[in-house]
Amino acid sequence: MQSARLSRYAWMAVGPLALFLVWYAVHLAGLVTPKLLPSPVRTLQSVWTHTTTGGMGADFLRTLWRTLQAFVIAAAFGVPIGIIIGASEKLYRSIEFLIDFFRSTPATAMFPLFMIIFGLGDFSKIAVAAFAAWLVVLFNVAYGVMNARQTRILAAKVMGASRARIFKDVMFYECLPQTFVGLRTAVSLALVVIVVAEMFIGSDDGLGKRIIDSQITFDLPQLYGTILVSGILGYGLNLIFLGLEKWLVHWSGRA
Amino acid sequence: MTMAQRQRQEAAPAGASFPDLRWFPPGTHITVRGLKKSFDGNPVYVGFDIDLPKGKIVSIFGPNGCGKSTFINMVAGLLPIDAGQILFEGKTIADTRIGYVFQNYREALFPWLRAIDNVHYPLRLMGIPKAERDRRIAELVAGFDLKFDLNRYPYQLSGGQQQTVSIMRSLVIEPEVLFLDEPFSALDYEMTLIMRDQLQKVLVARGVTTVLVSHDLEEAVYLADKVLMLTRRPSRIADYMDVDLPRPRDPSTLTDARFIELKARTLEVFQNAVRAS
Repeated sequence: MQSARLSRYAWMAVGPLALFLVWYAVHLAGLVTPKLLPSPVRTLQSVWTHTTTGGMGADFLRTLWRTLQAFVIAAAFGVPIGIIIGASEKLYRSIEFLIDFFRSTPATAMFPLFMIIFGLGDFSKIAVAAFAAWLVVLFNVAYGVMNARQTRILAAKVMGASRARIFKDVMFYECLPQTFVGLRTAVSLALVVIVVAEMFIGSDDGLGKRIIDSQITFDLPQLYGTILVSGILGYGLNLIFLGLEKWLVHWSGRA
Repeated sequence: MTMAQRQRQEAAPAGASFPDLRWFPPGTHITVRGLKKSFDGNPVYVGFDIDLPKGKIVSIFGPNGCGKSTFINMVAGLLPIDAGQILFEGKTIADTRIGYVFQNYREALFPWLRAIDNVHYPLRLMGIPKAERDRRIAELVAGFDLKFDLNRYPYQLSGGQQQTVSIMRSLVIEPEVLFLDEPFSALDYEMTLIMRDQLQKVLVARGVTTVLVSHDLEEAVYLADKVLMLTRRPSRIADYMDVDLPRPRDPSTLTDARFIELKARTLEVFQNAVRAS
């Protein structure tokens, strides 16, 4: 059991290590000019020095904080409205097109509009990200409510549960797995939009700002390093949400 | 008033008057009179009458799509009726405590609750305090020969175990009537045999009026005190046969001469009902 687990982790490390080695080999062989592809060691060194002395940690936290703010707004509005929409088929049909339309509209296309409405400050970045993430939450929650198992609702009804009890005891749990799918997708999307917003809506800090600055100063080790750190942030958020999901919605996919 | 009660009240017509005060024989629990139901203009029941006995097991059998499930769903108040009257010793469904076991146990249990909490749930809806709930459940569990841990979640149990939990959940409120809609059709044969015997033991011990829909002729006869055979749509009574086999029945009953005779008779009725279409 223990060794099976260890071997699983060992295999999981093969891909990343191989990528690192290929990167290093390409660098050593000089296949790509070092100006465009610094060595991985140099990149990691850059992450280290910028984290310890250059404020990359602060940027990381700023981006995380903005993402979480956008996410919380999206969830706070998305979950209740999603439940209301999902509970009424007519209501859902009537706004299905709007949800799909705005879900398909690139969130980045909204930047100028949000800048006009909310100004150049932090909130306009958070608002765009929240808007994009909100639609994802909304859609998934509504979908979860609509696809609640009718038998379970009927079972509660036949046991004499009131409408309110059915909602609280059955509907809520029934849509929880799909809600979590929505929340997980939403937090990833919020991060994407925040990083892009930090690049292109004037910003004083954040990983997006650091990436753009590295490009302008042609500091490629820092550019690669910041991309890596952004990846770690996105992956970490996803991992945390997967963990939460497994813990809170333990029956998901099994019932 | 709960929604279920309200629905059931709407489903039951407000007392068409029957002048005869003794219009059904003693020992009857459920009386169905003039039942009408159609789906999109296709009649399924056109004036259906039946009496179901108290404290007995009635199984309903008939050709595919003859409206077996429709029938118990109407009697259980899950499906509105177009016309007619269904009474339980003179009461409407709203005043009757019922249990219902669904065919699809996987979708009927609440997977977010442990098996034991699934059984607690209907008692909690009734507002019964924890100590009393525990006492009732302990008493119920004693009647079942459980070989699994009720502290597990439904998805950690086998199909037979899940359906056992479903049956316990429906019996814990001590229902006046228990409805079972093809309860074992999703289980393998070996499990079906075990479940039948367990169900028989519990139902006979508790003397609860039971209406069972089955698509398995052997099961319909094996479990029942009476077998109600239906024709194709619109459903009429093809036969309403007494099963006079002694209880407790066990797998050796399946090869008993009387059982085979009864089964042959129901099969003949069934085949006539199918051909008559």
